[in-house]
Amino acid sequence: MRARYPDVFDRPAAARLAMPAMIVAAFAILIYGLVDLDFSPSRFFAGLSQLGWISLMMIPPDPGSSLPIYLKALGETLSIALLGTTLAAVFALPVSLLAARNIVPSNILRFPIRRFLDSIRGVDTLIWALVWINVVGLGPFAGVLAIAVSDFGAFGKLFSEAIEGADQKQVEGIRASGGSPLHEIRFGLLPQVLPVIAGQVLYFIESNTRSATIIGIVGAGGIGLQLAEQIRVLEWQKVSFLILMILVAVAAIDFISGKLRFAIIGRRAVA
Amino acid sequence: MTVAVSILPEQQLAALNAAYRQAVARRRLRLLVGAAIFAAALVLAAIGAEVNLRTLFTYFGNFVSYFDRILTLDSGQRVWTDVGEWLWGWRKWLKMLGETLLISYVGTLIGATFAFALNFFAAENTSPSPWLRFTVRRLLEFARTVPGIVFALVFVIAFGLGPMAGVLAIAIHSTGALGKLFSEIVENADMKPVEGIRSTGASWLSCMRFAIVPQVTAGYASYALLRFEINVREASVMGFVGAGGIGQELVVAIRKFYYSDVSAILLTIIVTVFIIDITTGWLRGRLFGKEART
Repeated sequence: MRARYPDVFDRPAAARLAMPAMIVAAFAILIYGLVDLDFSPSRFFAGLSQLGWISLMMIPPDPGSSLPIYLKALGETLSIALLGTTLAAVFALPVSLLAARNIVPSNILRFPIRRFLDSIRGVDTLIWALVWINVVGLGPFAGVLAIAVSDFGAFGKLFSEAIEGADQKQVEGIRASGGSPLHEIRFGLLPQVLPVIAGQVLYFIESNTRSATIIGIVGAGGIGLQLAEQIRVLEWQKVSFLILMILVAVAAIDFISGKLRFAIIGRRAVA
Repeated sequence: MTVAVSILPEQQLAALNAAYRQAVARRRLRLLVGAAIFAAALVLAAIGAEVNLRTLFTYFGNFVSYFDRILTLDSGQRVWTDVGEWLWGWRKWLKMLGETLLISYVGTLIGATFAFALNFFAAENTSPSPWLRFTVRRLLEFARTVPGIVFALVFVIAFGLGPMAGVLAIAIHSTGALGKLFSEIVENADMKPVEGIRSTGASWLSCMRFAIVPQVTAGYASYALLRFEINVREASVMGFVGAGGIGQELVVAIRKFYYSDVSAILLTIIVTVFIIDITTGWLRGRLFGKEART
């Protein structure tokens, strides 16, 4: 057996050394990073004890007298997530058709569209929020636009991948019966990709609830604004209450969208 | 070959047709009701988010002209006509960018280490006890649901301004996200090796080390790389709350209306994200390729 599988029993020294070498290199960079980012143990433990105090002061969570304001802010956050995602999906659908290989075979046409979507995606939602605040002013509307733009990039990519994964037989069948390219898309392609797209949109509404909670930190509305303010004035009980609210809201959205996703995809699978 | 298609009598056919039409009508009604609820939710959301189409149309010019402005130098020329002037601060920016990458690297590695330590307790098939599993799961869920930047805000107050807060925030968020993904990989692992090793009288720890870890490392590495990619993006905004990295430069440039600097910094961020995307994609392919060969 040893003679037949020499590699298993006597691995060459290079192969044996590769893994530890990689691990050592990874940790060397880690140590360098810790030093470069001034991670001194004393600072770390001082901060840790401070953090301990902060968490002690967070108990019990208490909204004070501003519960209505927080509820309104939470509503704002949910609105931002819903509207932003919907807008993004509506605009991304036609563009994603243009970015899909089986719709637009020309590489030259597709390449700039893909790179365009990539660069939108490369910029974080918070940066988009800052840009939109410059355009429409502070407030939730800037948040909606920020989420719409940054998701537009993500959706464009995801949708076009779904479209590329679709079966071409239906499309060919419609072409054979004399359908126009628009017919091909409407009756051959859309029924296949719609469940996938619906699932993704629902998933994004969920994840955008999370993003929408933070864009308020730069002033684009929603519960993040309240959170950032309460953190800055060190009202820790209110902070912990707000964090709890966010956790509950996200869990609720998770639950609802899970049900909905199942309903949409399940119904499609049956039909 | 002839196929016998039985043609149903008129009466039966009519009944079936009616049933079919009814089913279609029911489906359409359901779709319509769903669409109506969705539209109502949208309208409600539009009111909640203070959407004002008039503002959008009046200021849409601003959006276009904003890009016009950030692509114009102080001298009034387009930025690409004088690259040296446009990227005047490239030394400083590259340094900040390096800091951003370092923040995400260190954060991801610490997060991945913690996730690695915790995920065996969170997975259904390897957890030593149900209550431990429950606690670890809730802990990971908490770390994942609270956005990284919120942790950063709190840590900036506890640890002071600077990249340390950013690293810790990213580490905690990564622990939550990776812990969940890792434990899912473990749940999909083959349990036969574990049984084999347990039958030799080995402890829980050696079962994990010799039966589970060899199966899951490739998946772990792949997810950790993906997380690193996401964390680079996240670290680029950590500076907004004072937690280090290029975000600090960017927020200053945006707030102070240094237009051409905004586009220059954005360009460096986008290029970096591209490079990281491509490199990690290539690395992931290689790791998985290697795994497939052995």
